[in-house]
Amino acid sequence: MKTVYDRPETLTSSKTHYCPGCTHGIIHRLVAEVIDELGVREETIGVSPVGCSVLAYNYFNVDMQQAAHGRAPAVATGIKRVHPQKIVFTYQGDGDLAAIGTAEIVHVAARGEKITTIFVNNTIYGMTGGQMAPTTLLNQVSMTSPEGRTAIPQGYPIRVSEMLATLQGAAYIARVSVHNPQEVSKAKKAIKKAFELQMAGIGFTFVEILSTCPTNWGYTPKESLKWLVDNMIPVYPLGVKKMPEER
Amino acid sequence: MAKVLMKGNEALGEAAIRAGCRYFFGYPITPQNEIPQYLAKHLPEVGGVFVQAESEIAAINMVYGAAGAGARVMTSSSGPGISLKQEGISYIAAAELPCVIVNMQRGGPGLGGIQPAQSDYFQAVKGGGHGDYKLLVLAPASVQEMANLMEKAFNLADEYRNPVMILGDGILGQMMEAVEFKEEKKTSQMEKPWATTGAKGRKPNLINSLFLDPLELEKHNMHLQRKYDRMAKEVLWENYKTDDAELVLVGYGSSARIAKAVVDQARAQGIKVGLFRPISLFPFPKNALQEACKYAHNVLTVEMSLGQLVEDVRYNLEFKVPVHLYGRVGGMVPTTRAVLEEVKRWVNGDQGVETHENCL
Repeated sequence: MKTVYDRPETLTSSKTHYCPGCTHGIIHRLVAEVIDELGVREETIGVSPVGCSVLAYNYFNVDMQQAAHGRAPAVATGIKRVHPQKIVFTYQGDGDLAAIGTAEIVHVAARGEKITTIFVNNTIYGMTGGQMAPTTLLNQVSMTSPEGRTAIPQGYPIRVSEMLATLQGAAYIARVSVHNPQEVSKAKKAIKKAFELQMAGIGFTFVEILSTCPTNWGYTPKESLKWLVDNMIPVYPLGVKKMPEER
Repeated sequence: MAKVLMKGNEALGEAAIRAGCRYFFGYPITPQNEIPQYLAKHLPEVGGVFVQAESEIAAINMVYGAAGAGARVMTSSSGPGISLKQEGISYIAAAELPCVIVNMQRGGPGLGGIQPAQSDYFQAVKGGGHGDYKLLVLAPASVQEMANLMEKAFNLADEYRNPVMILGDGILGQMMEAVEFKEEKKTSQMEKPWATTGAKGRKPNLINSLFLDPLELEKHNMHLQRKYDRMAKEVLWENYKTDDAELVLVGYGSSARIAKAVVDQARAQGIKVGLFRPISLFPFPKNALQEACKYAHNVLTVEMSLGQLVEDVRYNLEFKVPVHLYGRVGGMVPTTRAVLEEVKRWVNGDQGVETHENCL
């Protein structure tokens, strides 16, 4: 018998706390597979955020630090400056990264810190119970935009990848999705590219991954995937937003 | 090594490098800017790293990351910046990470001013951020002492896996004094097997302050409190002519130097005055204070705040001796003449009504 599918070494055997239909599980696995394939599990230090993925340190079988809300890029900067030869990544949601942690993500990119950020965008604060996030779509209902988000006065959704791609210090910026097997495959390629570029010392790399939140969106897992395609992708178009210049 | 004339902030930076600190993360704020400026120039010369962060908050979180990664690391700031760092300091204390944080105090509250003050005493010794935690707090009173205390601060941080605060003020940071650095010796730093260095041949390490189970969080808190209790043996203080003192002045840092001059002036006039100077503010040298005030009828704190140290002095003397306050704030510095007048007022029994107006 040949094993064709198994748990990556970079994932622990802990059961996750994620809700049914949540795509964090897929994304965790992709990151873990990439670390396995690059053979750097023992050289990797991860930083978990505040939010649904706060407990990521229980699931990634690597050295981990848990960071205050939004501060993961600053924590990762401290780690990477001490261990420039190690691989350092942050795993953050949209509430964490695009609101309270806006300054930290902008400046980690501006400095071109040689870390990788995995940015999981599901347009909502999941852990706290479905409040409006900076990434919440216009007209999207949340616990704190009960009539649907309005541009004025609640503000427009922030396209983080496009914003970061304007910074000279950012080396690689890509937005991917995990709503079907083809996109999962592309997402893995982007994550791998991001880690490889970090290991090559090129600079700051960032992969935004469109994700679902059936619990707080109020849809079934299957409906959620369709909602992502119909509503999120038009606002958050997929693709590579920035590639390092050929040298 | 010969004595050199140095600004307090620069001497502190040099002492940090000599203590083996190789990582500094900070943000500009007056009156401590010479610390990051000195380290920006000199850390790279010894293979160290200086990062000017985008904010005080980012700086303290970089310290968290670097400390968790096993480095000897520090940051520095002043009042308003320390307030911003409190979230990170709470996390660092909770995750039990060693680091040194310098606060060159300035006048507050709010944006306050940029002149010296001592009004961050409570913030320093009572925790400062959310949750039950303590910092080890050391309060030097000269450029030389500031230099001497840096290595001790880093060693204490490592030993207790706890943030250590150097509580200075704008006078100490800005003034120049002669300072002599000890001959450089290879200081052996503690092993940090808990640090995140990559899980090579071992189970993964975790730097964390999240305990969702209330019982676990209470256990963690009890563990921290037992550690703070153990710190009691780290008390440091200076006595000056307290043996027969009928009035004991109590002050730390710059205020203590002013008080020391008052002791000599009072003694010249035949008044038995002494000075008790706590050097460690947490742990507070309770027994030594009680011993110093054994014959005192009155105790007078001299501080650049409107009554912070005075509360700890009353508490640590267990309210057995009347403890009064002489404080100036806003960047105003107590004069020896005014403190001497206040000493005489209490010694002569002309007590009147004790109000903050007596300070002016």
